[in-house]
Amino acid sequence: MSFGLHSAVDPSGPQAARIAQLWWLMFWVSAGVFVAVTAFLFVALFRSAVSRQRTAGRAEAQRRTGAVVGGASIVTALIIVGLLLVDVSTTRALATAPAAAPLRIEVVGHQWWWEVHYPDETPSQAVTTANEIHIPVGRPVALELTSRDVIHSFWVPSLQGKRDLIPGHVNTAWLQADVPGLFHGQCAEFCGAQHAHMAFLIVAEPERSFSAWLADQRRPATAPASADETQGQAVFLSLPCALCHTVRGTSAWGQNGPDLTHLASRRQLAAGTLPNTHGDLAECLMDPHRVKPGVKMPPTPVESGLQALLAYLESLR
Amino acid sequence: MTVDEASPEGQRERERLERAWDTQPGIVGWLSNIHHKAVGKRYIATAFVFFALAGVEALLMRIQLARPGSHLLNPDLYNQIFTMHGTTMMFLFAVPVMEGVAIYVVPLMIGTRNVAFPRLNALSYYMYLFGGVFLYVMFFLSMGPDAGWFAYVPLAGPEYAPGKRVDVWAQMITFTELSALLGAVELVVSIMKMRAPGMSLNRIPLFVWAILVDSLMIIFAMPAIMAASSYLILDRLIATHFFNPAEGGDALLWQHLFWFFGHPEVYIIFVPALGMVSTIVSTFSRRPIFGYTAMVLALVSTGFIGFGLWVHHMFATGLPQLGLSFFSAASMLIAIPTGVQIFCWIATLWLGRPRLELPLLFVMGFVVIFLIGGLTGVMLASAPLDQQVHDTFFVVAHLHYVLIGGALFPLLGALVYWFPKMSGRMLAETPGKWAFWLLFAGFNLTFFPMHQLGLRGMPRRVYTYPAESGWGNLNLLATAGGVVLGVGLLVLLADVAWSVRRGAVAAASPWGGDTLEWATTSPPPEYNFVYPPTVGGLNALWVATDQQPVVAGLRSDRREVLITRTVDAQPDHRAVLPQDSIWPFLTAVAISFTFVGSIFRAWFVPVGAVPVLIGLVGWFWPRGEPLPREEAAPRRQLALEDQP
Amino acid sequence: MAFRPCLGLLLFAAGGTILLGSCRRETRRLQENPLAGARAEGIRVGQLQPGPKVSVPDTGTPYEANAYAISEGQRLYNWFNCVGCHAHGGGAIGPPLMDDVWIYGSEPANIFASIVEGRPNGMPAFRGKIADYQVWQIVAYVRSLAGLEPTSATPARDDHLQPKRKKSP
Repeated sequence: MSFGLHSAVDPSGPQAARIAQLWWLMFWVSAGVFVAVTAFLFVALFRSAVSRQRTAGRAEAQRRTGAVVGGASIVTALIIVGLLLVDVSTTRALATAPAAAPLRIEVVGHQWWWEVHYPDETPSQAVTTANEIHIPVGRPVALELTSRDVIHSFWVPSLQGKRDLIPGHVNTAWLQADVPGLFHGQCAEFCGAQHAHMAFLIVAEPERSFSAWLADQRRPATAPASADETQGQAVFLSLPCALCHTVRGTSAWGQNGPDLTHLASRRQLAAGTLPNTHGDLAECLMDPHRVKPGVKMPPTPVESGLQALLAYLESLR
Repeated sequence: MTVDEASPEGQRERERLERAWDTQPGIVGWLSNIHHKAVGKRYIATAFVFFALAGVEALLMRIQLARPGSHLLNPDLYNQIFTMHGTTMMFLFAVPVMEGVAIYVVPLMIGTRNVAFPRLNALSYYMYLFGGVFLYVMFFLSMGPDAGWFAYVPLAGPEYAPGKRVDVWAQMITFTELSALLGAVELVVSIMKMRAPGMSLNRIPLFVWAILVDSLMIIFAMPAIMAASSYLILDRLIATHFFNPAEGGDALLWQHLFWFFGHPEVYIIFVPALGMVSTIVSTFSRRPIFGYTAMVLALVSTGFIGFGLWVHHMFATGLPQLGLSFFSAASMLIAIPTGVQIFCWIATLWLGRPRLELPLLFVMGFVVIFLIGGLTGVMLASAPLDQQVHDTFFVVAHLHYVLIGGALFPLLGALVYWFPKMSGRMLAETPGKWAFWLLFAGFNLTFFPMHQLGLRGMPRRVYTYPAESGWGNLNLLATAGGVVLGVGLLVLLADVAWSVRRGAVAAASPWGGDTLEWATTSPPPEYNFVYPPTVGGLNALWVATDQQPVVAGLRSDRREVLITRTVDAQPDHRAVLPQDSIWPFLTAVAISFTFVGSIFRAWFVPVGAVPVLIGLVGWFWPRGEPLPREEAAPRRQLALEDQP
Repeated sequence: MAFRPCLGLLLFAAGGTILLGSCRRETRRLQENPLAGARAEGIRVGQLQPGPKVSVPDTGTPYEANAYAISEGQRLYNWFNCVGCHAHGGGAIGPPLMDDVWIYGSEPANIFASIVEGRPNGMPAFRGKIADYQVWQIVAYVRSLAGLEPTSATPARDDHLQPKRKKSP
């Protein structure tokens, strides 16, 4: 399964890069402080008896030590203030909206998947998908984040710091990818039994392929072509699936679970838990509780129609 | 007139004191015991039982996370286990053990016979014990909380946390916070009013200062969590809407209330450790701590600034930029007083003649480990960096570096230091040193890789992770370290168990310490001192001459203590402390009945008030005859008699 | 020696709390076997029987008096739009569920039958559209609306209304 890049110290966007700079600054300053203080500690502890004799009881030694302690305290304060100034300037830089016109994406957190909307002025052009977010390279993305149930947190280490999804609030965050690629994201606020399996993927691609993808997502579901797929669609509509899932272009309009209109176009299933392959899709359908115990989706009560159903779902590109 | 403990008069005094301060035998006597040393030892022993339980939970988590895709623990059990680990360590181990050491040591260190309110002290212990037992019984009945030790709503609210699990957690909070508040009030009053004559404010030992600051922090911080947990119980039990966004509540209200307590909580755990370190560094450098005034000011400012940091736990919640910057600034600034303390300790070692014995070894471990933890703390204080590593294993690493390094290592050093005083025997040094090195190595092996894991994207509170993440090897390393850490703790436990029975008999002052607890036998008698000491300067025993007066004239046929004035500790009047009493235990049972019942039915609150009232009536029921009029007069001439 | 009272206390506390019967309330079934499902056979709407009295098998399920099941039932009650006709128990175009009037019986098996078979005058038949175990969870929740489940297993309230959206600065 393609996992995507996921390191805060290996940034692929300007926000994460700015934070990584701050990290390295603080790391080296901290390393220096650690070495210095530990060195002083060791010398203080293991100073030779001869050297101690020379300073024992002498008022001058007391005063000098006092000066060193005072000086060290002032240096500490200066380092802290310096780091604070860098920190405040970084905070301000990250909060400032980038100049270029952003792409707006709304993300709604659920237990344990991500609902993703690409709003549009024309309602019929709006796109709804789940768990996989495509963005154009080099263009800032304005995220609006909220939750339908408990608090979640949206985090893509390679691109940006995290922002919580809180019911009753709408939080905003900026991110941008400077290189094309796959970036792994994960829920970073404990949200229940399957918090560990609530990941998502950000796919950064050049502007043109992003527009093509978006246009693709706007279309309703591909009509079934083969006999297998037609039978599969009939099986799909007769099962409990339609009570929770939407497949635009059919009569399945459930709003409780992820949108399946373009399920086959996604690289992963079950919020980043499994790759999107034939066998994994079957497992998700037949025994979702083995993959994600406690997940809200029930096992699909299909017996002989499984292969047809799979064929249909795999046609939803 | 001089008094002499060894003289026949001194012997008779001792016998009278022994009778007055004696405890009854049997189980009733055990439950009625209100001596601070007994309560302190019980606190420490109980806290370490919980520590062991939480340690087992930690090992289970580490075994689960050692390899990706492990099926050892199902997610529900894992969530309960990490919640129990955090809850036990924070509420049932860290704060109580510090309180326990304080309750044992402080009255000895200030030269008095007991704490100001001995029965209240016993009540605070029983509330703690019952709260902890309650939580664990519920855990074994599959009713253990599973929403994290911080129980964020709405996940811990009535809709997303079914059953009584989170109610159990919230009510356990009530138990332990009540216990902590009672202990804190106790210690503040004792420190303010019962110090040895001559121990003015500028002569108070640094450990006592630390406990004073700590207790005041407890008094200001605990009400916030009691309020928060009460609102949560109300939301869950009787449908209030404190945290319901639909009806005007706010999920973030919980976070503010919790962290307003939660951040001072970690300083409540840390500040006593600072006092312990000062004590050990001073004793084992064989000189007074360098910069006493600066150290006291550092403790006090840590206490104050610690209340202004809490929002740094909420940097990812979408705060305004000004708020982020303010709390970043405060969170970084608190490093300065701690830095001052570290520099003063190093100066003390530099100017002194250090002996690297086991307590000092633990302190060295503390400095190295806590330094790393403090530096990662400054990193986390920066909001943008925190937004990357918040809720990842980087924070797990940081918090363990500051809590284990900053609190556990000093605690272990302090327990080794005061082990002779508490048990009358010396701890065997060599196994102790083995234990230290195993702990030091095991700890770093476990937690250092977690910094890397956090930066590489591994979030907290996950029961498993995919193999493709590449987090497997560092997790395996951390688990191996955890095993080494566990072995180190077992070695230390074995050493303690052996030394309590077979260790070398300890003298009154085996380390040559300067504070008053070393002026009495090891272990001290129930009444602590035959003639309570007085103090002629900072570092009492080092400046004491042969002519240092002691307090004579306190009655020894009943439990009398000397009350002194707050600032200059001149004698003010005598107070009579109560006899042993079973009523604190019975009142604790009544309160527990009320608390436990009220998580099922709100009716338990008024119904349970009745046995509580009965308990309090029994508690305060007057005993014996009223004092004759001339005795009740507050000021009598007290004789400060010279020792031979 | 000093630990004996502690042990005694622990056992006493344990014994006392076991009596509260918490296991049934607190267990959580996170994995449902897709092929097994408690069947509701032998359901009778009324208590009268012809001929000799035959005891009806107890169709109680592990979802009764179970807090997790009731909580899931509450979620599903909203998800599958029971709210649309029954509101939050007060009834709208469908009968109220909070009261004592049960047209087709209040036993779990009766309510299960009402849901999967449908009822005249507007109750849809959900057989095959909602998994059996989910129906049992809804059954437990519906019974809790009428106070037929222990209050200790029932949530005091839910956060069911969509919260007002507060935009962050």
